[in-house]
Amino acid sequence: MSYAIRVNEQDFDAEPRPGQCLRTYLRERGWFGVKKGCDAGDCGACTVQVDGEPVHSCLYPAVRAEGRSVTTVEGLAKDGELHPMQQRFLDAQGFQCGFCTAGFLMTASALDAEQLTDLPRSLKGNLCRCTGYRAIEDSIRGVKHAEEPCAGQAVGRSPGAPAGPLVVTGTARYTFDLEVEGLLNMKLLRSPHPHARILSIDTSAALRVPGVHAVFTHHDAPDKLYSSARHEHPTEDPDDTRVLDDVVRFVGQRVAAVVADSEGAAEEGCRRIVVEYEELPYVVDPELAMLPGAPVIHPKGPESRIFRAENNVCGEVHGELGSVEQGFAEADVVYEETFRTQRVQHASLETHGCVVYFEENEESGEERIVVRSSTQVPFLTRRALCDLYDLPPERVRVVAGRVGGGFGGKQEMLTEDIAVLAALKLHRPVKLEFTRPEQFYGATTRHPFTVTVKVGATRDGILTALKFRVVANTGAYGNHGPAVMFHSVGESMGVYRAPHKKVNAYSVYTNAVPAGAFRGYGLGQVTFAVESAMDELARRLGIDPLVLREKNVIGPGEHMEGPAGEEEDLHIASYGLDQCLQVVRDALADDRSAELAPEGWLVGQGFAMSAIATGPPGGHFADATVKLMEDGTYDIAVGTAEFGNGTTTVHQQITAGALGTTVDRIAVRQSDTDVVGHDTGAFGSAGTVVAGKAVMKAANALAEQILSFTAEYARTQRSLVRLLADAVECDGRTVSLKEVFEAAHSKGVLLAADGHWGGTPRSVAFNSQWFRLAVDPDTGEIRILRSVHGADAGRVMNPLQCRGQVEGGVAQALGATLFEQVLVDGRGEVTTAAFRRYRLPAYADIPRTEVHFSRTSDAIGPLGAKSMSESPFNPVPPAFANALRDATGIRFTEAPFLRDKVWQALADHRARGASDAA
Amino acid sequence: MQEVRDARRHYVWLPGDAWLGGGTYLFSEPQPHIRRLIDLSRTGWEPLRITADDSLEIAATCTIAQLSRFPKPARWAAAPLFEQCCRAFLASWKIWNMATFGGNLCNSLPAGPMISLAAALDGTCLLRDQAGSMRTVRVADFVVGAGRNVLQRGELLRSVTLPARVLAGRTAFRQASLYGLGRSGALVIGALDPVDGSLTITVSASTVRPVRVWFPPSPNAAAVREAVDQAVAPDEWFDDIHGLPAWRRHMTLRYAEEIRRELAAPAGCAPASCAHPDSAPTEEAGR
Repeated sequence: MSYAIRVNEQDFDAEPRPGQCLRTYLRERGWFGVKKGCDAGDCGACTVQVDGEPVHSCLYPAVRAEGRSVTTVEGLAKDGELHPMQQRFLDAQGFQCGFCTAGFLMTASALDAEQLTDLPRSLKGNLCRCTGYRAIEDSIRGVKHAEEPCAGQAVGRSPGAPAGPLVVTGTARYTFDLEVEGLLNMKLLRSPHPHARILSIDTSAALRVPGVHAVFTHHDAPDKLYSSARHEHPTEDPDDTRVLDDVVRFVGQRVAAVVADSEGAAEEGCRRIVVEYEELPYVVDPELAMLPGAPVIHPKGPESRIFRAENNVCGEVHGELGSVEQGFAEADVVYEETFRTQRVQHASLETHGCVVYFEENEESGEERIVVRSSTQVPFLTRRALCDLYDLPPERVRVVAGRVGGGFGGKQEMLTEDIAVLAALKLHRPVKLEFTRPEQFYGATTRHPFTVTVKVGATRDGILTALKFRVVANTGAYGNHGPAVMFHSVGESMGVYRAPHKKVNAYSVYTNAVPAGAFRGYGLGQVTFAVESAMDELARRLGIDPLVLREKNVIGPGEHMEGPAGEEEDLHIASYGLDQCLQVVRDALADDRSAELAPEGWLVGQGFAMSAIATGPPGGHFADATVKLMEDGTYDIAVGTAEFGNGTTTVHQQITAGALGTTVDRIAVRQSDTDVVGHDTGAFGSAGTVVAGKAVMKAANALAEQILSFTAEYARTQRSLVRLLADAVECDGRTVSLKEVFEAAHSKGVLLAADGHWGGTPRSVAFNSQWFRLAVDPDTGEIRILRSVHGADAGRVMNPLQCRGQVEGGVAQALGATLFEQVLVDGRGEVTTAAFRRYRLPAYADIPRTEVHFSRTSDAIGPLGAKSMSESPFNPVPPAFANALRDATGIRFTEAPFLRDKVWQALADHRARGASDAA
Repeated sequence: MQEVRDARRHYVWLPGDAWLGGGTYLFSEPQPHIRRLIDLSRTGWEPLRITADDSLEIAATCTIAQLSRFPKPARWAAAPLFEQCCRAFLASWKIWNMATFGGNLCNSLPAGPMISLAAALDGTCLLRDQAGSMRTVRVADFVVGAGRNVLQRGELLRSVTLPARVLAGRTAFRQASLYGLGRSGALVIGALDPVDGSLTITVSASTVRPVRVWFPPSPNAAAVREAVDQAVAPDEWFDDIHGLPAWRRHMTLRYAEEIRRELAAPAGCAPASCAHPDSAPTEEAGR
């Protein structure tokens, strides 16, 4: 039977493999615009149109497309003209990382008039993790937001992301969107046991599977311990991980890797490996893990830097400022409660993975290994790979294409280590691409926390003492464990003034999927507890919770003090917390949203606030180079990665401002270890304030170079020379930048400047969130009637983008507040390894949030800017819990607030009330 | 996976064989145990057919999109129930273009809305075994537990027939989910017999299998509550991540009462004005 299919007006006749879905068939034909988000029909990233009807191509048997006409996002534009929907997604910037965009475009462009009136239903089955959907709604409705600022005027305006045209046409190249000749595929065999020693592994049957090239086990792995977490200083994380270990410590840990011609053969190889395990006792509760006699998960020596390996304590901090005992004695009201946060998955739509291949180093002529990875940290990954395999840096290049979302999850080396092992041994290119289920049990999660807060205050609402006991469950490995724990008790406690403060915090090993870096880095978990406690304290004092905050938060010029010690390089270099609180006050004053509540529903309102340092402690480094090109345009080289955070746009804007030009005249090369000396990475909200500052310094220096050179070249007084969009004005005469380049070139002058920033000192950014909710007491359903957010981002570089960051953060936090939870069973095994079991917020779930920026300008950040990427998440869960408390009278201490749990709590509360009355 | 075969030809059923309907479940998870797919897509079965006695025969291969679009005669008072049940899918409407009616039944998950539809309208399954012999079983008896049904090895669901009498009766529909537009945690349907006025309430999603409870005309609230509660054994309230059993039971009993009131009111009277003030469907979007 001959097969024929038409794709974007081109004919193909390759027979699909048995059981092959249309998604992989299309990608194998080079249509990389078709994305893999889940391969289960849940996320819609793979949507294509078959004979004009949109379908999820991951579920569509390729054989059934026989004789049909398929349109992918690459075929949406006709005769060089964008489809109107593509143009609208540019006009409203309806994307961040853009990985979901093709699916939204292929769906939205097929909606009829009736479907357009019901977007919640029509967009069911298309997930976006970045935007919070407001930008997508505006796109579909044809709202225009993106601006084209004049020369030199880009900073503070809202030009679109430079990758926009590529994103909407499906031509932006993400990690796996390339063809590599002779590429082999890797699949991982994972542990079925929570804790076991591998006694033997028989790979012979696996090696007999046709197409299998090699099987790697712990015998092949270097005998070195490291951490999958990536930090500027590797000593921040314990060295407790091997590429492949002879002990497995959680269900899902990798045991062996099979490399084969196809993914199918590699999977079959994994099934044929015979492993003999000696099962070991395990522990999944962090409190039990710390007790004497608990199984020791990492019996390792001090060289691993595990704080108390014998007690499974990966890291801990204890400290007291003053005497909390005295403070509580002085208090009129003391409140104490224990709060819990659940495991949450980052759920970036592009899964983890990398493609490893070989190329000739153009400079040295020597062969080197190239790792194209879905990573936030290309430079730190290169460093780790060089350490692991004893390779000099010039033999390894790490590059990130466009990254399909990160949220902290990709500040980790989860695939590169083992893919490089295989590539080095086989001297063949190797790809390892995680499946969606592997994201849940084989990657990392947000750290689940248990936080006990005790807070005391005098009758007039002045805090006397604040005490935390924090237990963070780091899972089977300590990647980010100690650092998350330290950060969690920093700004959360430091933002409040209290004479007596005490912290006991533990990061604890358990036999479950490891936790790692996640947006907010521990701060959100403790903020949930503290802000809930402050709200409850205000109620008990009979004081407006806003007034309680105003009486006790630190002011401008004050230092953030905590029992874990003051961080010397942290300064409040601009203060917008008062404005963030005023946003809440204003919202309350004009609010009429309670009228929207259905009859019989309970209505309440509440808010919370948070503070965050504008960068990680201990230095965060960025190099940048800006140069003038032969055609009179500019080129930025910068190390940080773009995964929808929008830093590329901001770097263009900063450079356009410094050089008096427009953003379209500036190209950016990024996230490649070849382009600059070093970059710590795109984490810790550093893209604008650290890399942006390095870019600014480079651009300013280049402006100076160009002006000085041109003044001399045109024999004009230096003070009469200024930069125009594409030329230099010399006392009324213009010299084109092309001419300037040529003149410099002929004199052997390179017009290029470097910038560097070390990430210190750091400032503090603030956020507030307010909700009004309605709760149906008979079903547990909660409706958000109004959502208002205050953000102190210093001088806002790009209001449209920054608003998008806030909206996306609020949406991700609402997911964690309302329903997201990675559940594990009694053996620590993840039971929610799919989007149909792990509910991500969909279009219908997320209300519009009003975003109000503070009018501040920071003395440290570039051009007055502060970070605003992790922090919008943090005040959302406690604000929601406080509003829920106001509506129901019940203090909920554990997210998510699912309808069944809320209904149950209300029913129990009523029953208790009835029995109390009796 | 080794091959895909066309179901129009007969093969000896082997271990590792599976019928391929729309593929929306089979392709959504790894199926390492499956060696051959027997593809039903070229059978040419007529998706929907109104029989001489005005019953509706739905082929197993009928897609959800076909079922949704099929013009339902105005004489069928139950017509709105089809769209309500199509919309009760967790999946996107785009999946409707591939997912089949039969696939949803054979998957036999508690939240399968085509099971709810067909059980509530007292459908009968036509099954065909490997030898080609046919048997019938009522939809409510076809699904026997969460993910379990009465199909024998290699046996095929050919079609489901919904009887004319039930199609002519009014229905009422309620669905609860933990999430907006989410997977059903409870799905309750009432069907009024147009001839004798009796009421049948079908409970699904909250229970491991569909449960039908019959009432003589105009039952009172206590009777409905008691009978529905007794019809579901305590261990039959479904317990998974999509809802606590106690909440599912509560929502089921609440909806059963709303449905009783709605169908007790005269036809054409909008439920919101006639029934309990809270009885408007609660699964409206949150925005």
